[in-house]
Amino acid sequence: MGRRITPVRLLINTVAAWIVGLMIFFPILWMVLASFKTELEAFATPPSFLFFDWTLENYATVQGRSDYLHHALNSVIVAGGSTLIAMLIAVPAAWSMAFAPSKRTKDILLWMLSTKMMPPVGVLMPIYLLYRTFGMLDTLSGLILVLCLGNLPIVVWMLFTYFKEIPKDILEAARMDGATIGRELIYVLTPMAVPGIASTLLLNVILAWNEAFWTLNLSTSAAAPLTVFIASYSSPEGLFWAKLSAASTMAIAPILVLGWFSQRQLVRGLTFGAVK
Amino acid sequence: MTEETRGIGRLLLSPAVGLLFIWMIVPLGMTIYFSSLHYNLLNPGTEQFVGLENYTYFLTDPAFLASLRNTLVLVGSVLVLTIGLGTLVALLLDQAVVGRSIVRLMVIAPFFVMPTVSALVWKNLLMHPVSGLLAYVAKSFGLTPIDWFAEVPLLAVILIVAWQWLPFATLILLTALQSLDEEQKEAAEMDGANALSSFVYVTLPHLARPITVVILIETIFLLTVFAEIFVTTGGGPGLATTNIAFLIYSQALIQYDVGTASAGGMVAVVIANILAFFLVRIVGRNLEA
Amino acid sequence: MARITLEGVAKSFGAHAVIHGADLEIADGSFVVFVGPSGCGKTTLLRLIAGLEDVTAGRILIDGANLVGVPAAKRGLSMVFQSYALYPHMSVRGNIGFGLKMAGTPRAEASRKVEAAAATLNLTAYLDRKPRELSGGQRQRVAIGRAIVREPKAFLFDEPLSNLDAALRVQMRLEITTLQRQLKTTAIYVTHDQVEAMTMADRIVVLNAGRIEQFGSPLELYDRPANLFVAGFIGSPRMNFVGQETAHSYGAATIGIRPEHLKAARDGEGWQGRVSVAEHLGSDTFLHVDVPGIGNLTARSIGELGLTTGDPVCLLPDPARIHRFDRDGKSMRS
Repeated sequence: MGRRITPVRLLINTVAAWIVGLMIFFPILWMVLASFKTELEAFATPPSFLFFDWTLENYATVQGRSDYLHHALNSVIVAGGSTLIAMLIAVPAAWSMAFAPSKRTKDILLWMLSTKMMPPVGVLMPIYLLYRTFGMLDTLSGLILVLCLGNLPIVVWMLFTYFKEIPKDILEAARMDGATIGRELIYVLTPMAVPGIASTLLLNVILAWNEAFWTLNLSTSAAAPLTVFIASYSSPEGLFWAKLSAASTMAIAPILVLGWFSQRQLVRGLTFGAVK
Repeated sequence: MTEETRGIGRLLLSPAVGLLFIWMIVPLGMTIYFSSLHYNLLNPGTEQFVGLENYTYFLTDPAFLASLRNTLVLVGSVLVLTIGLGTLVALLLDQAVVGRSIVRLMVIAPFFVMPTVSALVWKNLLMHPVSGLLAYVAKSFGLTPIDWFAEVPLLAVILIVAWQWLPFATLILLTALQSLDEEQKEAAEMDGANALSSFVYVTLPHLARPITVVILIETIFLLTVFAEIFVTTGGGPGLATTNIAFLIYSQALIQYDVGTASAGGMVAVVIANILAFFLVRIVGRNLEA
Repeated sequence: MARITLEGVAKSFGAHAVIHGADLEIADGSFVVFVGPSGCGKTTLLRLIAGLEDVTAGRILIDGANLVGVPAAKRGLSMVFQSYALYPHMSVRGNIGFGLKMAGTPRAEASRKVEAAAATLNLTAYLDRKPRELSGGQRQRVAIGRAIVREPKAFLFDEPLSNLDAALRVQMRLEITTLQRQLKTTAIYVTHDQVEAMTMADRIVVLNAGRIEQFGSPLELYDRPANLFVAGFIGSPRMNFVGQETAHSYGAATIGIRPEHLKAARDGEGWQGRVSVAEHLGSDTFLHVDVPGIGNLTARSIGELGLTTGDPVCLLPDPARIHRFDRDGKSMRS
């Protein structure tokens, strides 16, 4: 754009944007602030905004609670595990669709995407009963399985789009250089696809970490990730808000950071390429 | 591409296809089967085949009609809020702004917050009639604070969900705006268009396709809003915040009525499939391009 | 170093036949160029030899051994791609040495070979750079280096010069032919540019719509084209074709005469016409002449003739250089 923007215009834009941004961000901000207040402060009226006795006691308490750590670890295992397993299945599948396509490839891809569009509630009953029968309720492996299958279409889709951007003749050059398909994947494709693989990993870890349907319905305590842990605080009144805020802040902080890095992937991954 | 490559391709694709196929067929098949039974987990061993009776029961249940109404209101309102506000915010972020990346971060953040956390923050820190911030604001203006979850529970849930999805709509629309050719806008300007007409005649048509995509995708995911309701109202008061997803859940895991829950599940699947059909068509067309 | 033979090689993509039964014998150590218009199948034929596509029918033999069914990785051939296809995440050293690594060559020996290849191609200074830091010409050399370092049975080139600017193209043409003669390795080179074909090849394969029209040395194709297509494809400016009565008077359905074999003069014997456009290059003159009863002819003269648009001119064909073609377009040569 070759036109200069007037200082007045810039000021108006900036002020408006910041007001809107802060309004949207406010609930998170408020929660973070609450995490630094004492319990009494947290629900005092009038509520104090910045001028209160900042304290770290809530964080200390929450971190000291072994069950918080237990659930945090569960979140890590479930989100990480389900995504990694999904990647292991998806990388070969995406390779196949990007570099060895057949007439059916497009249909298969679209079918995979459509499985993601199925409402989980439609299969809640059978999954719950199956899990109950096989003793998989409230197990980490049970959660990992469900989340892996739930996110698999998105992982395949995203990897497919990244792989498609790799020029086919570089892989053919590897073949001419004597590489078998396996070595082609290891020495040429994967290094070139690392940014795409990282982005896919990132977005899907975030989606799995925040997943709040299967986790709420298929786990109660032993395998419960943070989503469930925090949900269990939905009833009691008043006294725990500061600590709850601290726990929540810790639960979402890593994801907010990761989320910042995966904005573009979000568009690519969740709109299934319908928006360029 | 050689036969060897093609062969390996088929092999590598089969785990993914196989797993997803099983993931689809087995539970779905079971749901269909269960939906034809009168089966309650509290009375095991008394299953009987009742054909389509569960469907009639489910669809004529006043609870279903109420949940259908709630679902439509929820989805519709969230769509209007996220797309309407999303467009405005996207337009704003498309401008030159000092510290734009920080503003972007703030606008995007809600999408990455766990639904259970969002729900609790809104319920307790903001909407609480006694100690919530909104109550405080109301009181400072001399108004009586609203007891959100007692008086306007569905609206409260709508606000929470809309807050969570606003970043999604904004990001998509912002991406689309940034792909709008600058030259088109300049051409319009040369043709004498002012800011408003330029928006209406150049920008909006360009946004038509992304908005459609946002509507389809959001609808697919909004139909199954669950966590926010679970954590804040548990579907109540009464049925005021029960949507189809929550209704089915409550029949399944609260009343343990497998038959009816399965029938309801199938209804949800059918609705979602209709939407999915349209979305898949758009994606399919894009894949050709 | 290898003798390559094609027997009845055919390729179809689904119902669409791209190569119709090609038979070819490429001598060991020769530089053979596949040339033809876009879509004639020359790249497909190269890829069939490389093993990147499967043949639908026929055999491909290297030194008598049938390659059909052998994967590309095991054929012992090297290919230089039009886009160079360098590995972006590896240095020049890594790119050139990749094939040796795949073959399990011990490190020290591989290193030595890579450095030797780099020296031949003046790439020693760039060995540790990545492809994105190189110019087009340098990238091309790396692609060639990668191909030669493995000492393959044959080199396959897929239009390697088309992405370079004109001056660089001329220079690289010379370098490639010099290199090949030095290494004495069989080379198959695909191009759509008949000038490249004529200047680089020991023998040329002219392809059209999936069929081999002629296989011969450049001069053979120039002096004795087998049919109308080859006659019109080889040589620039294009051969003049004349039909009807003039051709009948020579006993043929069509006759052809190259512009350089039409002697132009202000008057005298020959076909009379008027100059429609005169192109002056200083070294040559191309005259586009409208000859009533015959059509538009192009004549080429050395030096400057001083003729311009509208001038009358006489074109005298060299009788020894008139090509006669029958009704099917085949050359009528005794």
